[in-house]
Amino acid sequence: MKLRVLYFARLRERFGVAEEALDFSGATAADLVAQLRSRGDVWAEELAAGKAFRVAVNQSLVALDATLPEHAEVAIFPPVTGG
Amino acid sequence: MKIVVQSEVFDLGAEVEAMRRGRTDIGAIASFVGLARDHNAGSGVQAMTLEHYPGMTEKALAALVEEAKSRWTLLDVTLIHRVGRLLPGDPIVLVAVAGQHRGEAFAACEFIMDYLKTRAPFWKKEETPEGERWVDARASDDAAAARWNLP
Repeated sequence: MKLRVLYFARLRERFGVAEEALDFSGATAADLVAQLRSRGDVWAEELAAGKAFRVAVNQSLVALDATLPEHAEVAIFPPVTGG
Repeated sequence: MKIVVQSEVFDLGAEVEAMRRGRTDIGAIASFVGLARDHNAGSGVQAMTLEHYPGMTEKALAALVEEAKSRWTLLDVTLIHRVGRLLPGDPIVLVAVAGQHRGEAFAACEFIMDYLKTRAPFWKKEETPEGERWVDARASDDAAAARWNLP
C-alpha cells in the first residue's frame, strides 16, 4: 500500500527529509519502523529499540502495534516538548 | 472555546477580559502562562524556535480541551500556543479556564497543561552559546500527565 510519511524536529534533521511517499507491504506501525530501520545509518540509529520516538497515524498518536490503513499519513517524531 | 496556534504574542489580560465580558455566570477564571527562560540544562538560552505539526496540533489541542470538558463543568476555555522564534521572557502558551467555582477551574487548567506537555506535537530548539540543540522530553512531564489517568 501507499503511505505518506512525515518526520519532525530532530528526526527530520537527522534523516534529512521532511516527507516522503512510501510503498509499504507490512501491516503495523512497528512493521513500518522496521522497514525504515533497514535503511541503516541514521535510520537504524534513531529508530533502534529503546530509542524514544512517537508515531502518529492520520494525526493521532498510536502504539506501535497499530494497523496502518491504506493511504495513511504517518508521522514519526521525538517525544514532544511544547508548553 | 478558543484554541489557537499562532506566531504573534498574546495578552493574558485581554484574553481573560474577552472571556468574562458580558457574562455574569462565571465565578472563577484560572489561568497559566508559560514563558521562555534564559537558561536550561546548565546553559544560557539566547532564543528558542517552536516547531509543530500543522493539522495534528490543532486536533490534539481540541482533543485535550474536550477531555477537560468531559471531566469538569467548564464555562469556557482559551488555549493559545505560539510557534516560531521566541526570546527569553516571551510568552509561549496561555491556558485560561472559566468555571462556576475555583476547584474545577484550577484542576482543568493544570490538566490541560499536563496533557499538552505530553500529547501536543510541539518541539523546542534552543540557541545556546554552545550551538543549537533540541530540547529533550522530561520524565517529570510524563509523570505529571500520568496523574490524570489519561486514556
